[in-house]
Amino acid sequence: MATTTSLEMPQEEKVWGGGNEPMKASYGKLMMWFFLISDALTFSGFLTAYGLMRFKYEPSWPVAERVFTHFPGIEGDQPLLYVALMTFILIVSSVTMVLAVHEGRHNKKTRVGLWMIATIVGGAIFLGSQAWEWYHFIVGDSGAVEVVFSDEMGRQTMRPADAEGNFISLGDLVHGDAAGGHGHHEHFSIEQVRDAFAGGEYQLRQPGKAGMTLDHEASLAMLNSDNAMVIHGANMTRNEYGHQQFANFFFFITGFHGFHVFSGVILNFIIFYNVMLGTYQRRGHYEMVEKVGLYWHFVDLVWVFVFTFFYLV
Amino acid sequence: MSDNHAHGGVRRLIIVFFILLVVTAVEVGLGIVKPAFLMGEVFGFTSWLNIIFIVLTLFKAYFIVEAFMHLEGEKKSLRLTIYLPILILIPYLTFILLTEGSYLYGA
Repeated sequence: MATTTSLEMPQEEKVWGGGNEPMKASYGKLMMWFFLISDALTFSGFLTAYGLMRFKYEPSWPVAERVFTHFPGIEGDQPLLYVALMTFILIVSSVTMVLAVHEGRHNKKTRVGLWMIATIVGGAIFLGSQAWEWYHFIVGDSGAVEVVFSDEMGRQTMRPADAEGNFISLGDLVHGDAAGGHGHHEHFSIEQVRDAFAGGEYQLRQPGKAGMTLDHEASLAMLNSDNAMVIHGANMTRNEYGHQQFANFFFFITGFHGFHVFSGVILNFIIFYNVMLGTYQRRGHYEMVEKVGLYWHFVDLVWVFVFTFFYLV
Repeated sequence: MSDNHAHGGVRRLIIVFFILLVVTAVEVGLGIVKPAFLMGEVFGFTSWLNIIFIVLTLFKAYFIVEAFMHLEGEKKSLRLTIYLPILILIPYLTFILLTEGSYLYGA
């Protein structure tokens, strides 16, 4: 009888009248998608705000490849290599996740578990890499000085440069170029920097692409004022690489993304545990793996954009 | 459609993986070399290199969403439900950024 009534109904009510899945996706999967849409909008808001501040403070905005230059085990400047490795790790863990989903469609419990463990390990390696990058960002590299630039521009991060305008580190400034190759963990006082600066044709330059360069006398006058200070590394109030907003956005956006990765690893582990208990085998389908997989791929998707807008552009 | 996925699925995923890998390698290569002929300013606010980066990023995002998140196998109504809000709201936000950002620059 139910069949006869539904046959008489207009087409729309048959599809959207309830009791079936008009989009051929379960409630849980739809809700995961809707959450991911809202999360995508959140991240696009953050990245847009980043871009807005970057436009506003262009002269003092750090050039990312001068900021993230370390690679474990290799000396010297290696721009982009480390973050490329992080991207690679996340893409690989995305592939292992999708292979777990694939095996889930064939109800192969052990294989789902193995691919999920590979995904969890990939996520953990990514988190470790991020911690390593944060460490180097916070400790700092070449050091800089903060001076009161003018009434309108307030305090500005400035980096010493040689007579040709090439940036030099505080270590090279104080010890002289010839000494070279000393650890970047050495800290200097403002007096050391003043003395070394006065002893050569050095200038102060803004760290951005189109940053201003001050001549030697103007630089020295700023350095000699009472409120000049040396900064090493970056935190929420000081940033040796350039404008303070850069450090704040770096901590916030990569931190927010890293927190997503962290949650993803926890969720993956819970689902992995259930897989091994045989929960989904008994249920007859592995849709939970698919849902957590959607979240995991989204984390990879966001990283692709963070990679572009933070490190490349 | 799901049968197709079952047989050719893994092979396609590996192909997509290599696409993502190669595109990322190209991006990193361009980012390190920074070819001079791509560095000139276009449209008054960015360089050809940055435009290439953004296009390649959208290219990668397309493959992640379609292949890894398997949106290519979903119904049209679900695809539109997911794509439309994103494709309308994010370009709108970007438009605001590009117009207001240039205003803030002088302020």
